[in-house]
Amino acid sequence: MHAWPVFLRNLLVWRKLLIPSLVANIAEPLMWLLAFGYGMGALVGEVIYDGQTVRYLVYLASGSVCMSAMNAASFEALYSVFSRMHVQKTWDGILNTPLRIGDVLLGEMLWAAFKSFFAVTAILLVMLALGVSHSYKLLLVLPILFLVGVMFSCIGLIFTALAKGYDFFSYYFTLFLTPMMFLSGVFFPRDQLPNWLRVSSEWLPLTQAINLVRPLFLDQWPTKVFIPLLVIGIYALGAWFIALMLIRRRFKT
Amino acid sequence: MSELPNPQLECVRVTKRFGHALVVDDLSFALYPGECLGVIGPNGAGKTTTVKMCLGLSEPDSGEINLFGLSMPSKAQAIKARIGVVSQFDTLDPDFDCVENLLVYGRYFGLSKQTIKERIPELLEFAALSNKAHSKPGELSGGMKRRLSLARALINDPQMLLLDEPTTGLDPQARHLMWERLQQLLAKGKSILLTTHFMDEAERLCDRLLVLDHGRKIAEGKPRDLIEIHVEPHVVEVYGADPQELLKGGLRNLAERVEVSGETVFFYTHAAHPLLQALELQPHLKVLHRPANLEDLFLKLTGRQMREGS
Repeated sequence: MHAWPVFLRNLLVWRKLLIPSLVANIAEPLMWLLAFGYGMGALVGEVIYDGQTVRYLVYLASGSVCMSAMNAASFEALYSVFSRMHVQKTWDGILNTPLRIGDVLLGEMLWAAFKSFFAVTAILLVMLALGVSHSYKLLLVLPILFLVGVMFSCIGLIFTALAKGYDFFSYYFTLFLTPMMFLSGVFFPRDQLPNWLRVSSEWLPLTQAINLVRPLFLDQWPTKVFIPLLVIGIYALGAWFIALMLIRRRFKT
Repeated sequence: MSELPNPQLECVRVTKRFGHALVVDDLSFALYPGECLGVIGPNGAGKTTTVKMCLGLSEPDSGEINLFGLSMPSKAQAIKARIGVVSQFDTLDPDFDCVENLLVYGRYFGLSKQTIKERIPELLEFAALSNKAHSKPGELSGGMKRRLSLARALINDPQMLLLDEPTTGLDPQARHLMWERLQQLLAKGKSILLTTHFMDEAERLCDRLLVLDHGRKIAEGKPRDLIEIHVEPHVVEVYGADPQELLKGGLRNLAERVEVSGETVFFYTHAAHPLLQALELQPHLKVLHRPANLEDLFLKLTGRQMREGS
């Protein structure tokens, strides 16, 4: 696979920066979990999810691990990829070799997905250690979150392909990721939302990810598997082809 | 003259527009095996665009580009496996030391780790970087970085090198070392396409030159031949007086061609003696008599006025 050397390049850099990278990817989500899970959890205690009463800590943990997958993949696909593409001109060097622009983009996408996967694996291990959930079904969370990482990498690359500078990414985070964080049922059940917002937020990519992951945390099987996987797949593939088209246009002179 | 071998690189009637601007206009040239072909021209002449089209990074609007008999850009992958590129600006990986830079770059060509690792010591030696093997680009001087870029371009043992202004921004020592290395590569039989702003570099390294202006080829040939054909052999530079005052006398008639640039008057002539004698009558003038060089040719063909972005 032509994209593989690009992935290996990023892996080699990352191995040098492993510790700070781990801290950044894991410490923040854990702080959210501790502050909200234990702090808010003590106030809220339990929430109603899908007709059943659930400990708030578990409710939050299952949502926030999906959010971490989203954030880790997005940061890599936006800021880091943009640095290599535009600032460091790493891509320009690569494009003087037999690799094509699509190979480079695929390597970057897989890398961002891997980085997200690595972060959520570490977060899950900490959650296990904290005793948030002990279900063996958590093993299935990993491949699902890998797909979620792929999806958000692809979506992020669209914005990278359009970006003129780092400032542009504030729009993506403020107007897209942050609202999604609140509308996808990470922190509170979407039943709290007005009806029109509840119905439309069902189709957000993060909502679909949480629909798959949360039951596994509760040691249950998701009631719907096919639809969420299909939606995630459509988002990922659709975003990939848009990003590829935009990046080809950007590099066409 | 013996029959020419097949060219390694051939551009045939290539044209490229950006919007309405014609950047490369009906350009044809060829690079033969083992040859160093220099492309010179003012800023905006189309040098970098030409190199980019040869690399398949930019597609010509019309015309044909072939390398090793393969068509660019449709066979770009196969072609690029056989060439090495040093671009105008370094694209070295700042997070990697010299060895890692070479290793990572070699993998882009699909080379095995074994093959790359065997080549690295000799490439570092060639780039005079053996004692900097574990330094990162940020710790290297400008000349070292350029030599690392050159070493990187050689990782796939290419038959042809495309160098876009390889010595811009380097000090004289670093430039001479770079030239010496490029001459070693030529001696090994590699061919080089080189763009440059430095006439001494073009004259020293290149077997043939291509002079571009406004995207068009305005001259082509061996450096010495070009000078002989286009420029009078003697140049007398005079300064220390108002050029208009100086030319009021009969001096103008003692040279075939006279140019004024700022405070300096350039006399171009086949016979400098009468002019020099006449100038001796005005001892306050500073006079420099020298043979015509490539810079004279360049300025004659492309004019003395500043170009956009200069």
